[in-house]
Amino acid sequence: MSTEDKANEVSAEAQDQESITPPTDPEQTAPGKGAGGPITLFFILGLVASLVLGWVIFPQLLYSHKEQPIQFNHVLHNQEVEDGCESCHFFREDGTYSGVPKLAQCIDCHEEVLGESEEEAKFVNQYVLKDREVPWLVYSRQPDCVFFSHVAHVKMGQMDCVTCHGDVGESESLRPYEANRISGYSRNIWGKNIAGIKFNSWDRMKMDDCSECHVRNNVNQGSVQTLKGGCFVCHK
Amino acid sequence: MKIDRRSFLSFVIGGAAGTALTPLPWKLTDDISIWSQNWPWTPVPEKGETTYVTSTCTLCPGGCGINVRLVGDRVVKIEGIKGHPVNDGGVCTLGLSGPQLLYGPNRVQSPKKKVNGKWRNISWDAAFSEIAEKLADLRSKGQSHSLACICDSDRGTVPELLDRFLTVYGSPNFIRTPSIQDNYELALYLTQGVRAVPGFNIQDSDFILSFGAGLVEGWESPVYMFRGKSALKEKGGRMDQIEPRLSKTAAKSDKWIAVKPGTEGALALGLANVIIKEGLFDRDFVENRAAGFAEYKKFVSDGFSIDAVSKKTGLDAPVIVALAKDFAGARKPLAICGRGAGTSPGSLQDFLAVHLLNALVGSINRAGGIVALPEPDYINWPEGEMDAAASRGMQQPRIDGAGSGKYKSTRYLLNRLPEVINSAQDSPVQVLLVAGANPLYAMTDTEAVAKAFEKIPLVVSFSSYMDETAAAADLILPNHVFLERYEDVPFARGFPKPIIGLVQPVVEPLYNTRHSGDVIIQLAQKMGGTVAEAFAWDSYDACLEESLADKWDTLLEDGYWIDAEFSETAQTQEFETDSAKFEFSNSDINALPVYHSVRVPGDESFYPLLLVPYDTMRLASSYIGSPPFLVKALEDTVLQGNNVLVEVNPATAKNLGLSDRKYATLTTARGSAKVKIYFFDGIMPGVIAIPRGLGHTAYDKFLAGKGVNYNALREPLEDAATGLDAAWGVRAKLTKA
Repeated sequence: MSTEDKANEVSAEAQDQESITPPTDPEQTAPGKGAGGPITLFFILGLVASLVLGWVIFPQLLYSHKEQPIQFNHVLHNQEVEDGCESCHFFREDGTYSGVPKLAQCIDCHEEVLGESEEEAKFVNQYVLKDREVPWLVYSRQPDCVFFSHVAHVKMGQMDCVTCHGDVGESESLRPYEANRISGYSRNIWGKNIAGIKFNSWDRMKMDDCSECHVRNNVNQGSVQTLKGGCFVCHK
Repeated sequence: MKIDRRSFLSFVIGGAAGTALTPLPWKLTDDISIWSQNWPWTPVPEKGETTYVTSTCTLCPGGCGINVRLVGDRVVKIEGIKGHPVNDGGVCTLGLSGPQLLYGPNRVQSPKKKVNGKWRNISWDAAFSEIAEKLADLRSKGQSHSLACICDSDRGTVPELLDRFLTVYGSPNFIRTPSIQDNYELALYLTQGVRAVPGFNIQDSDFILSFGAGLVEGWESPVYMFRGKSALKEKGGRMDQIEPRLSKTAAKSDKWIAVKPGTEGALALGLANVIIKEGLFDRDFVENRAAGFAEYKKFVSDGFSIDAVSKKTGLDAPVIVALAKDFAGARKPLAICGRGAGTSPGSLQDFLAVHLLNALVGSINRAGGIVALPEPDYINWPEGEMDAAASRGMQQPRIDGAGSGKYKSTRYLLNRLPEVINSAQDSPVQVLLVAGANPLYAMTDTEAVAKAFEKIPLVVSFSSYMDETAAAADLILPNHVFLERYEDVPFARGFPKPIIGLVQPVVEPLYNTRHSGDVIIQLAQKMGGTVAEAFAWDSYDACLEESLADKWDTLLEDGYWIDAEFSETAQTQEFETDSAKFEFSNSDINALPVYHSVRVPGDESFYPLLLVPYDTMRLASSYIGSPPFLVKALEDTVLQGNNVLVEVNPATAKNLGLSDRKYATLTTARGSAKVKIYFFDGIMPGVIAIPRGLGHTAYDKFLAGKGVNYNALREPLEDAATGLDAAWGVRAKLTKA
């Protein structure tokens, strides 16, 4: 007797035993003995459940949602300033990039409440008057192991902000900040799409996305140290 | 519907298949790998705006200009100032480690008092009261001269405030820590009649003949010397190193001349003999600007014939003759001396022999030569009024014997202090202030020094760190570290122009520390009477700004002030000797006519080997303990685990039955230590070497207990002419462990 036969026999016995205890409907058990029916059904159930888990529930569990401390309107501010993005996100004299504005810059205009927005009142009362920095949550912050120079890309590479940051300047409110609960990275690094599929150049900012552009434009692909691979261009 | 085992299995299989079609496994794998690269305890740089503050490094007397980079209010890096006359953008490993000395765990965080052997934090007021009370008591008993002070410098506002305090209080016992500076200053004083600071114009020289000076191992101003050596090489100049050991400097030289240790001075005189005999000396200088040449000529030709010097030094006669001819034939030759980093003073004979060699080729006060720089003179405070007690105290002889009798030309003799204290019934020093010095680690025979310190009723340390001396003190009044304070750096040691550097605060003081300058002023004000009157400043910063007067704005802006008008040649007429000339010989130079090579202390039959110390840029050799960055950068030929490696010539080791990288016991008359052996072909047979700067008992876990302190093993040897410690090594033996 082959192993398969043995297994069949055992399983047949088991089914017989099971069929003795609870009274069952012969119409339903009969096709089960043949092939497929419930087995296929359960396979599909498992498949669907895991797909729902993987595509819907997992992303919600993986990322924490945090609201920004103040709802900020980029459109409104863009209309008021002269220099576009660089009015607030500027380069310092030594070429370093200022990033998210500090309170000191905001105070230049918002020493007291200017408009009627509740958010502005909150900002002035909670931060300006108390001289506290706003703990902005930065969507595009790269991890500490990455050396990234804005001046090299924006001034020397002549890239615009949108290429990497998308249409942030056209947003009227700030969406919730989502952080990966395992790695601690902002969701923007991996990208909104859980499959990591990107449609726009700013959709994802992982290492491959940096190198894709570097390869395409043939810039800084070899590091001084290795003359290949270029690890040390960003990981110093 | 029946849920049986088959249904369950198919559910699981369906689930597995489905999961493979979702991003879940791939995303999780990626996230977990990223998580494993971002441990929360990994230090990461601060984020924020970068700013720079211009300052001057005080970690050694080199006087380098530094730009301190801050992110937000955190110091993250120290860089050299580009265009600074001393270091021009360069910075040494110790300077780079500055942030660790600011944020490290070894800071003394508040004033402390030792009660029953345990440290207790006290208030500044309580500390001042305690000292003032003790000092007032001594003064009333007519013992004001039993106050002494040890300081790493005698120039600049803080040392001069200390000296002023001692003077108006009534004590002549201000003592500067010893170094080659003592002998260089004496050589200039005896031959040129000036109290001056030596400067070495390395960059403009075309032949450096170094008698053991570690030009790339921390000698004088380290970064300036690196640059000078590089400039010399770029211009096609030559550099020869005379040393029994293949040091880094020797390895970087054109020629390494290994003489028998201790005979370097004899070689200098032998070279002088050849130069005179061959008529290669600078006739203009010798005939027009020098005196006493005949005596000198007789002295070298009688005692230092080529054969005699060849026998003494172990060099072949033709080598000596060729070297003398090359040196004298160079356009701008310069001879320098002072072993290694120059932390040990050495013998005046050697310094005079080398200085006279420079004079012979005319390399005195000229570009590419040795320059006598006037001592800094910007501190012109009105003389403090001295009451009767102060005058009486100031008339007492110095406890260390300097400036009178046998040692009339020497200014400070710290090395004589332990013996004076240990041999007395009651310690002649009742109160000792220690600022910028760590004598319990750095002085010869640390055991005897510790014994002497125990006999002193009140030892006050101004140290920012819990170093050996602070740990043994009774009170610690912690100073701000250099990144937290203003101070002047009155010269860059060995730099050939007068220069003043300004130390500026980069961050707010982290702890309850106070500027030593302020502490002296406040202590004086607490004492009252004429002592208080002599310290009428509101604060140290006010005193500093007043002292620097018209230089203050330049100093604030550039970080340094340089005397641009100064020229080496303008000094040529400024020999202030009796003859108004450079004196090759005079009655004060009693060191030379009886030249004997300094013999190392110790019994040769019992201790057959010669133990010498060496310096490395990877270990701090001044009073600052090496920060972790330096210790981590040490080669494994210097330190393995906690064991120091003793350099031994393989031939010597073979005779003693020692194996490479194996344990051994190193013994001198002063003590013994467990060490490891390192076979080194670059050291002369019979000579062994260990680094300076290891074997600390205090400090933190990054430094304490690593290696052996050379100072604990060595024995002092008093130079008959100066009283300074002339020992350059010690007799030792190595046995298999």
